[in-house]
Amino acid sequence: MFEAILLTVITASTPLVIASLGELVTERAGVLNLGVEGMMIMGAVCAFAAAQLTGSPHLGILAGILGGAIFSLLFGFLTLTLVANQVATGLALTILGLGLSGQIGEAFVGQPGVKLPPIVIPLLSDIPFVGRVLFSQDLTFYLSIALVIGINWFLFRSRTGLKIRAIGDSHASAHALGINVIRTRYLAVMFGGACAGLAGAQLSLVYTPQWVENMSAGRGWIALALVVFASWRPWRVLAGGYLFGAVGVGQLHAQAFGVGLPSQLLSALPYAATIVVLIIISHNRRTTLINTPASLGKPFVPDR
Amino acid sequence: MKKLIIALAASAALLGGFSTGAQAQEKKKVCFIYVGSKTDGGWTQAHDLGRQELQKALDDKIETPFLENVPEGPDAERAIERMARSGCAMVFTTSFGFMDATVKVAQKFPDVKFEHATGFKSAPNLATYNSRFYEGRYIQGQIAAKMSKKGLAGYIASFPIPEVVMGINAFELGAKSINPNFKLKVVWANTWFDPGKEADAAKALIDQGVDILTQHTDTTAPMQVAAERGILAFGQASDMIAAGPKTQLTAIVDTWGAYYIKRTKALLDGTWKSEQIWDGLKDGILTMAPYTNMPDDVKAMAEETEAKIKSGELHPFTGPINKQDGTAWLAAGEKAQDGVLLGMNFYVEGVDDKLPQ
Repeated sequence: MFEAILLTVITASTPLVIASLGELVTERAGVLNLGVEGMMIMGAVCAFAAAQLTGSPHLGILAGILGGAIFSLLFGFLTLTLVANQVATGLALTILGLGLSGQIGEAFVGQPGVKLPPIVIPLLSDIPFVGRVLFSQDLTFYLSIALVIGINWFLFRSRTGLKIRAIGDSHASAHALGINVIRTRYLAVMFGGACAGLAGAQLSLVYTPQWVENMSAGRGWIALALVVFASWRPWRVLAGGYLFGAVGVGQLHAQAFGVGLPSQLLSALPYAATIVVLIIISHNRRTTLINTPASLGKPFVPDR
Repeated sequence: MKKLIIALAASAALLGGFSTGAQAQEKKKVCFIYVGSKTDGGWTQAHDLGRQELQKALDDKIETPFLENVPEGPDAERAIERMARSGCAMVFTTSFGFMDATVKVAQKFPDVKFEHATGFKSAPNLATYNSRFYEGRYIQGQIAAKMSKKGLAGYIASFPIPEVVMGINAFELGAKSINPNFKLKVVWANTWFDPGKEADAAKALIDQGVDILTQHTDTTAPMQVAAERGILAFGQASDMIAAGPKTQLTAIVDTWGAYYIKRTKALLDGTWKSEQIWDGLKDGILTMAPYTNMPDDVKAMAEETEAKIKSGELHPFTGPINKQDGTAWLAAGEKAQDGVLLGMNFYVEGVDDKLPQ
């Protein structure tokens, strides 16, 4: 029973964690991209289409990543090159993504999907209790964990990570130091798009291997909220994503088990938990300010 | 936030609708508002198939613009009003949650005819139409009782509205007519459309030991999970056999086309009246998908029940029936009134769940 629940939680949390990590890097570079939902659904449709056409779910994953990254370039061009308002552009990206994915996916509706096969890691998967659950997962789960570790190291231990954080905190100073702000931000935006695309690919190839319009059903918005929830820290994204997934799945189990609590209340639990944690985090204003990228969402025009 | 986006998208879609509408003014516009996407593989798809059938049947006289992904709630009113304003002669609003919005807009546009699916509020220019889905649910319950080894089925429900509660009760009554000890576990997903969440609900129910799954949500995700876990399941609103060729026992298939054609013809020749229509299996507004993945005797039983319901010999809600807490509801031989069914807010005996109030 415990194993089964954990398995469901992992599947539900992985897309949130991946998309959220991508947005975290984008925001650490000072760019607020509200188009996560749009990039995610584009990733989902590209992944599903590629997997159907080639028969290979792994090519599907690749197509999802590329689809998300290419789609995010549109956002990058509008906000970084043309200096359009980031909030409005991000919202537009979501609307466009939802519509465009519906168009692309129309031919694939109702087709049984190809599921990404699990990768069983020898020895580790024999560990009692958690081994089978944690080490016979599919590629996207391993990637999500690798991304948490990798991004944490990259942002806080590498030189490029330092530059990205510098740009996010003060793009003018970073520019004066000779860092190419626009180019770095383009890369950060594309990384965010790639992650959202990968999360979308997980939806259409692992979570529910099928294509339905709007199948992301708001997960992009949750991923966005998780970034703030995690106060721009990768490990906290992991914790937040799993908290959200666990409460969401747990309440369904509680209902099936028959705890007798009203289901509306149980359904609201993940959101209530998020609010409570946010209150606790924001209690210490100083640490919040330290972690928040100071030039988040502000436009930057070089040589002004 | 998500609602805002969808509303914006809906408005954008409407603007698109305006431009095409201007070209063919002599054709009447019969408009549709959908809660989901027209390719959801379930509820909305069934309505859209009906709309396509209508368009084909009366192609030279009407056009049928539609708006999909309209969220229930305040945004719905705006969407319906824009539809009415754009010159629709008749508007079909195809989700229970559009009820109050449709009533409000119908008051503002007395010359436009409105038809609201599955609701219970009407007006001189607002008719309601509904399908006796519970007839199909009863048959499903009987099949479940025959096919379940554990005598335990799982039910993925959307929202605690009478329509859904009625379906749960009919399923349980059907099952109990075969196995008096049959139990039904209910999980409320609190959504009509979210493949991921529906799949999670299906997994939770299967992990809790059910070996038959039925759903009152809109996507094929639960069917897919059932197929993966090797249990049996029922499809909802559309034939979902493609998602579970070895899994689907049958499905309640909504077939709205004939109704849409009938009502549009009435509109065109001026005989349209506000009515409260509640058709069933015998009228063809719902049909059962082929009975598959079951032995011949179960299939024969299902077909016999279907025939009895069609002929009027069998009414699923016929006493003696007790409420969940054991108090008497219907005396032996007594049939439930339509009004009681349409406002149903209690479980019958045997449902293993606490009804959200």
